Amino acid sequence: MFERWKIPLMLSPALLIVCGLFIGGLALGLVGSFGYMPLIGQDNINLDAYHKILSSERFFLSFLLTFHIAFTSTVIASLLALGAALILRKSFLGRSVINFLFQINLTVPHLVGAVGILYLFSQSGVFARLAYDFSLISKPSEFPAMIFDPLAIGIIMQYVWKEVPFIGLILLANMQTIGRDYEAVAQSLGASRWQSFRHVLLPLLMPGLLTAGMIVFAFTFGAYEIPALLGQSYPATLPVLAYQSFTDVDLNARPEALAMAMIIALLSAVMIYGYTRFTRRYIRK
Amino acid sequence: MKMAVQENNKRGSRNRGLSGLAWLSLALLISWLILPLIPLALWSVSRSWFFPDILPSSYSLRAWNYVFSTTSEVLPALGQTALIALGATCISVVIGIPAGRALGLYQFRGKAIIEILILAPMIVPGIAVALGLHVVFLKLGLAGSAIGVMIVHLIPTLPYMALVMSGVFSNYDPDAEAQARSLGAGPFQTFYYVTLPAILPGLLIGSLFTFLVSWSQYILTLLIGGGRVVTLPLLLFNFASAGRNDITGAISMIYILPGVLLLLVAARHLTGRNSNLEGMHRI
Repeated sequence: MFERWKIPLMLSPALLIVCGLFIGGLALGLVGSFGYMPLIGQDNINLDAYHKILSSERFFLSFLLTFHIAFTSTVIASLLALGAALILRKSFLGRSVINFLFQINLTVPHLVGAVGILYLFSQSGVFARLAYDFSLISKPSEFPAMIFDPLAIGIIMQYVWKEVPFIGLILLANMQTIGRDYEAVAQSLGASRWQSFRHVLLPLLMPGLLTAGMIVFAFTFGAYEIPALLGQSYPATLPVLAYQSFTDVDLNARPEALAMAMIIALLSAVMIYGYTRFTRRYIRK
Repeated sequence: MKMAVQENNKRGSRNRGLSGLAWLSLALLISWLILPLIPLALWSVSRSWFFPDILPSSYSLRAWNYVFSTTSEVLPALGQTALIALGATCISVVIGIPAGRALGLYQFRGKAIIEILILAPMIVPGIAVALGLHVVFLKLGLAGSAIGVMIVHLIPTLPYMALVMSGVFSNYDPDAEAQARSLGAGPFQTFYYVTLPAILPGLLIGSLFTFLVSWSQYILTLLIGGGRVVTLPLLLFNFASAGRNDITGAISMIYILPGVLLLLVAARHLTGRNSNLEGMHRI
């Protein structure tokens, strides 16, 4: 009798919390985005919030900006991480020290990195000062804007800074599992180093690279504090816009905030779908 | 053939070393990774640092004195952050151990769905969940309280712990438990003397990383705490946007300390053999 209920019993506390907080939060958000919020006295269901945000330019620009930030930083971080992992898997003098330095910002919170980027790249930051000392600029405002800028360069740099070690370590772990034998065989059959990378190692690494990229994309699409600190005010990124609408004194803006939250959730659901697909395929292999 | 391949391997990895170009790109990359932390450290000890000076023109411990003075908000925020993270970690441990055991040791129907349920909260951004939860927390009187913040921190911490423990239990042999039971040990004795020692290393490392996951939450704390629960990241954000660079620098140094210390102890545990790494993006 006990045996049969053992697994459900072990899982139920965790599932209760995940369903209560996570699924519950999403469900309440969804219901609220339809305008149904009995706790603040609104109980009609409609799609007004979605109509309103989907037809507003502010939302459109904000979505584009957020997508641009998430996509660009994920691609750059993945490429740099791949390069770093290819170098770091070799054995060389001082590798353990380099490995430690490579991991160091893994445990540094995003916000600290964002402040660091601010002090490096703002128009009175370290690099602007260097440019002045080398007579490249004559006053701070001549330094190209990389913070509060329309292209969100500062935000992207922060994400790349933070995510390269994350993706890099996942790739290194994958490389360790794959081993060098496949490449060695390819090379002994006459493949060049580039060919054995392109046709042997890279396809084997692809599932790991894609899953890591999806985690990073979902995170960068929904992160609040970094664009709130480094981003321009118009258009703001989607999470910032959602937070602003949510804390608006006008309670009618709340369904819009929740609708934006649902769009963020939907996008990460797509990422989770991809994630599980790739990890399964990878494990089966 | 296989011998030859292995021989080839060994020779390859031993002799190739790194080319000049590889060293250069590695050096650039590592500097880039360390670089943002340097101005923070410098600001924390600077007295005046005006444009266009590359280094501060004078140094002082003013910011550090402020941070550790009894009148500043920093020490209470430090305590608050640590308590919330400690609470969230303890709850995650107690609930995550059995869940991880079920997922790591057994095959059962519906396991794939449960794994996705556990994985999803680690990937879906906190703001998407917390905006919907806010109204309920308000109704329950949990909004604006440290307890409420601790509960909402469970959304990223509990799945992380369950995932790590599932990895720990997938390398665990439960036969020793059956032996202990057959020798007359009760369930608690079995857990304490047999199971716990076996999972302890993985459990400790996992808990420390779980602590860090809560330690670095921003938007969950801001939304559910409503500005009344002031943790270190909230304080850091306020000082950074107010332009108090020296105090921002000092708070940053305190804020990153647990993570850097943990990395010194546990860097070798961040490998593909366990699940510690996968949740690291939430830090």
